[in-house]
Amino acid sequence: MEKDNLRKELKVSAIENGTVIDHIPSNNVFQVIKILNLDEVDNQILFGTNLESQKMGKKGIIKVRNKYFASDEINKIALVAPTATLIVIKNFEVTEKKKVSVPDKVEKFIKCFNPNCITNHENIPTRFYVIDKTDLKLSCHYCEKITAKNNMTFMP
Amino acid sequence: MKNKSLVSINDFTRDEHHRILDLAEAFERHPKQRILEEYVVATLFFEPSTRTRLSFESAASRLGAQVIGFSDSSSSSTQKGESLRDTIKTVANYSDIIIMRHPREGSARFASEVSNVPIVNAGDGANQHPTQTLLDLYSIRKTQGTLDDLNIAFIGDLKYGRTVHSLVMALCNYNTTFHLVSPQELKLPSSVKWKIKEKNLVYHQYTDMMEVIPKADILYMTRIQKERFSDPMEYERVKNSYILRNSMLDDAKPNMKILHPLPRVNEITVDVDENPKAYYFTQALNGVYVRQAILAAILGVVE
Repeated sequence: MEKDNLRKELKVSAIENGTVIDHIPSNNVFQVIKILNLDEVDNQILFGTNLESQKMGKKGIIKVRNKYFASDEINKIALVAPTATLIVIKNFEVTEKKKVSVPDKVEKFIKCFNPNCITNHENIPTRFYVIDKTDLKLSCHYCEKITAKNNMTFMP
Repeated sequence: MKNKSLVSINDFTRDEHHRILDLAEAFERHPKQRILEEYVVATLFFEPSTRTRLSFESAASRLGAQVIGFSDSSSSSTQKGESLRDTIKTVANYSDIIIMRHPREGSARFASEVSNVPIVNAGDGANQHPTQTLLDLYSIRKTQGTLDDLNIAFIGDLKYGRTVHSLVMALCNYNTTFHLVSPQELKLPSSVKWKIKEKNLVYHQYTDMMEVIPKADILYMTRIQKERFSDPMEYERVKNSYILRNSMLDDAKPNMKILHPLPRVNEITVDVDENPKAYYFTQALNGVYVRQAILAAILGVVE
């Protein structure tokens, strides 16, 4: 059943080469697009949201032609879409399929929410330890304050 | 501990804390030992803190070390726009250990990553002040004979007081029962309570300090600052509720001692000073022994 759905969707999008990010929570699709800077790339992008999903009820999906993501980009996705699946397509075939996972450490791309943290005043890449993967709480390596999901911002 | 930076209280293990306290005891018996004559200690105070700086400089001087540094960033090249990275890298060339106080949180951790000499954090914004915590532990152990199984009451501003946060975290290793007394607006942050819960320890919260006086082995007093309140009316309402007077101490346990990180403003009335339970000035003196121990251990001149 799941397999049939997938085949149908792939038929619709029919990308020859590229990446499909599936099982994104519906309300985070636009955030994923923004985080990956997909609003600024020249690649062809197809996306859908509020699609029916057996697993999730509703889900979002993004398909990017001719683009493969590096692992630190995949980490970024995991922070807003922990349920996402990454599907790598080459020559219309699925060559790789994996779940994204919230990493133990997060470096560089999230801002520490503490305005008095040294990372917001000197040119220092941020570093966090993920102390809660479900509720997403990041403990700053420098100021030791906790940046939570609701006050998380991404580096430009 | 040789060459290890001390940025956060958790950088040293419980055993290492004990080692520092034992060394501090030895320095209390023999404070003047010229074991650091070959060494240069830098004290970089990007934000003024006379008490902490003098305590460190006294500790270094008693051990015979040379002390260099500045006591406020207006007299340093920070004023000219130099980055913290550059200041630390430069001073690391001139010294064997750097003691720093800085207004930004995380500054000492960052400094420890760019410096090739060890860093001792003497306060980074509202984050950590581990040498204060060690001298608090020393004072508790000295007056109670142990750190284990004590009832410790924290009174006043538990939200912003970094000495409170670090000490609570350190005491989580000793089966402490915590009594937390504060106005509603200044309760202990959940990130610190989380550490207590993680160790399955017990804490009680109060708004009335009279309740905890008969229960406590240690009363740890802190100052409530007006600027911490969003509502000035609320400050006016609570400001007199957290003042300790000598007449309130009748029901205290015989072993109970009163600690305060100082400076005191009015939260402990002067008549308490004569009470044998008042320990805050001795606590400040203990700070010198503890800092001697920290310098000697990190520079590796004692085993």
